[in-house]
Amino acid sequence: MLKINNLHARVEEKEILKGINLTVNAGEVHAIMGPNGSGKSTLSSVLAGNEKFIVTEGSVEFEGQNLLEQSIEKRAAMGLFLGFQYPVEIPGVSMANFLRMAVNSQRKTQGLEPIKAGEFLKMMREKAEIVELGDKLMGRAVNEGFSGGEKKRNEIFQMAMLQPKLAVLDETDSGLDVDALRIVATGVQKLRRPDNATIVITHYQRLLDYIIPDFVHVLYDGKIIHSGTKELALEIEEKGYDWIINK
Amino acid sequence: MPNKQDNQEDILKNATQEQYKWGFTTDVATELITKGLSEEVVKIISQKKNEPEWLLEFRLKAYRHWLTLEHPQWAHLDIPDIDFNDIIYYAAPQQKASLESLDEVDPELLKTFEKLGIPLDEQKMLTGVAVDVVVDSVSVKTTFKKSLLELGIIFSSFSEAVHEYPELIKKYLGSVVPYTDNFYAALNCAVFSDGSFCYIPKGVKCPMELSTYFRINASGTGQFERTLIVAEEGASVSYLEGCTAPQRDENQLHAAIVEIIVEKNAKVKYSTVQNWYPGDENGVGGVYNFVTKRGICKGENAHLSWTQVETGSAVTWKYPSCILKGDNSVGEFYSVALTKGMQQADTGTKMIHIGKNTKSRIVSKGISASRSQNTYRGLVKITKNAEGSRNFSQCDSLLIGDKCGAHTFPYIDSQNQSAVVEHEATTSKISDDQLFYCNQRGIPTEDAVGLIVNGYAKEVLVNLPMEFAMEAQKLLTLSLEGSVG
Repeated sequence: MLKINNLHARVEEKEILKGINLTVNAGEVHAIMGPNGSGKSTLSSVLAGNEKFIVTEGSVEFEGQNLLEQSIEKRAAMGLFLGFQYPVEIPGVSMANFLRMAVNSQRKTQGLEPIKAGEFLKMMREKAEIVELGDKLMGRAVNEGFSGGEKKRNEIFQMAMLQPKLAVLDETDSGLDVDALRIVATGVQKLRRPDNATIVITHYQRLLDYIIPDFVHVLYDGKIIHSGTKELALEIEEKGYDWIINK
Repeated sequence: MPNKQDNQEDILKNATQEQYKWGFTTDVATELITKGLSEEVVKIISQKKNEPEWLLEFRLKAYRHWLTLEHPQWAHLDIPDIDFNDIIYYAAPQQKASLESLDEVDPELLKTFEKLGIPLDEQKMLTGVAVDVVVDSVSVKTTFKKSLLELGIIFSSFSEAVHEYPELIKKYLGSVVPYTDNFYAALNCAVFSDGSFCYIPKGVKCPMELSTYFRINASGTGQFERTLIVAEEGASVSYLEGCTAPQRDENQLHAAIVEIIVEKNAKVKYSTVQNWYPGDENGVGGVYNFVTKRGICKGENAHLSWTQVETGSAVTWKYPSCILKGDNSVGEFYSVALTKGMQQADTGTKMIHIGKNTKSRIVSKGISASRSQNTYRGLVKITKNAEGSRNFSQCDSLLIGDKCGAHTFPYIDSQNQSAVVEHEATTSKISDDQLFYCNQRGIPTEDAVGLIVNGYAKEVLVNLPMEFAMEAQKLLTLSLEGSVG
């Protein structure tokens, strides 16, 4: 599904990604861990197409296409979803309105008719249950006045609505209390299917108690320096990163 | 990956190529008088309209007063000198003096209004909206006149009202905006040609929206119309005004007056969607829009509400105001003003609190894009006797790009200790983060900008009647198409 090959990227003059290699297949969950400043969030931004970051070398193939050539919205329509670490507020725009436009924009790119209003509302109600968000949400403006936990649940709710092939969740667990963490993580778990894949970027092992990864990678100084299975996350929790970095 | 700079330039280029949809002209036989302004011209206009002597006197007094005035300079506008002798002050599509049926309207004009989405055939009309249509200097058609009259509601062209209801016109004309009010008010009083008159008798709630659609068609002309609305005790009405003009290289002058009288317990809601031709991206052509709009809440508990969506005109100079004379009366002003290209807008309101416990609310949302300048100018005046009065003002500015300007000039003059006046203001930009967030969900940048702008303007748009709110939303999105990188 996703093949990242020797990816280098910089922001302004500073090189942040220094040769990332990663392959993700359908049905897999990959966790990317690493200390602050190692390039985790940059990787997710580059995949999504954030123009602040310039790719200087390497390639990314997604669903058999050159991902880096596509516009941000095209990548979304191809099935790439980014769960934001800091979801953005859009005052005055209701969640219902925002998501209907998102769904229909993606459908248009995919050559599909706009979704029917009734069908859309039904879908919103169903998907909101996954992250235990009530009906109230629909009329509220996008992320405006949401608590930290609500914002993150709202990200997973949008993921459920847009049904991506690949979801990249950037620090979805940061700033969450235990209950919110459980709701968010079980939400992600419920959306897992054999034909989609997830990359979970996180600092902490605790998220991985709920979202069991197939692979765990350690990102340090712009490179993946170590990969393993879910046991690696537990080992990092216990011993920190130094033993890997100093190896 | 596409280079961001190129992308921005592409999008800006698209913006400037965005066509003004309403810019076509209609080919109808038009009666014009010669260019220029003089007592003679004022007399000719009055004669054309077969006006009574008192009205000619009113015009001449206004004209003589206008001659003593200088063009106002206080606005934050850069206006080239206007040669008032280079304008045609009267232009009328030729037709019979009074129309018995739709068949007598020039088919070309009918087509024009269909193209603008305003069918004049009552059968085809949106139920619940009566329309008076003014092309250049004359009203060509007023719909639903008869059925409204059965309720005692007068809805007619101004010219007809002068003949049919002279006592009402005499009583109210110039009673809220005197001819001495300002330069453009004086000019309008001298040369006004047509407009709408609307009278809601005591206790009657008007069952449909009343609306006037103004269209400038002829070249080289100015449009000077008047609207007069009277709501007697306990009456209520919702009134709408729409305007468009052909796309031309020349600047055309539009100087209108709207006067509203709201008696005790009456309510008037006045909504405008102003979409005169704004000129091209380099500021060539476009309408100069100098308008005086004012209403008076005369009696207790009177309520006057202005809502405006301003997207057109090269220059807008307009301050719909409320005189809150009756105790407990309420004035409201909701405004979205969008400028792009080289457009300039200086708009806002005046709330004059005279009665006790009067309340006013101002919500102004400015949006500036490209190289445009957008100014809010407002006055909240609490007079000595306006015991317990309150005002709340909110003035927000949204900037798109880094070459535009947003300015806010709120004036507050409070002479009563018990009054409470609150003012809030914000300035924001559409952030790259917001655009990235929308893009990542699959929404293209242009749609994202439309979405964000409509969200920003929502507080104002919700005050428009339903079908016009939809139109206004589309208009905002369309007007901004591509003006962001």
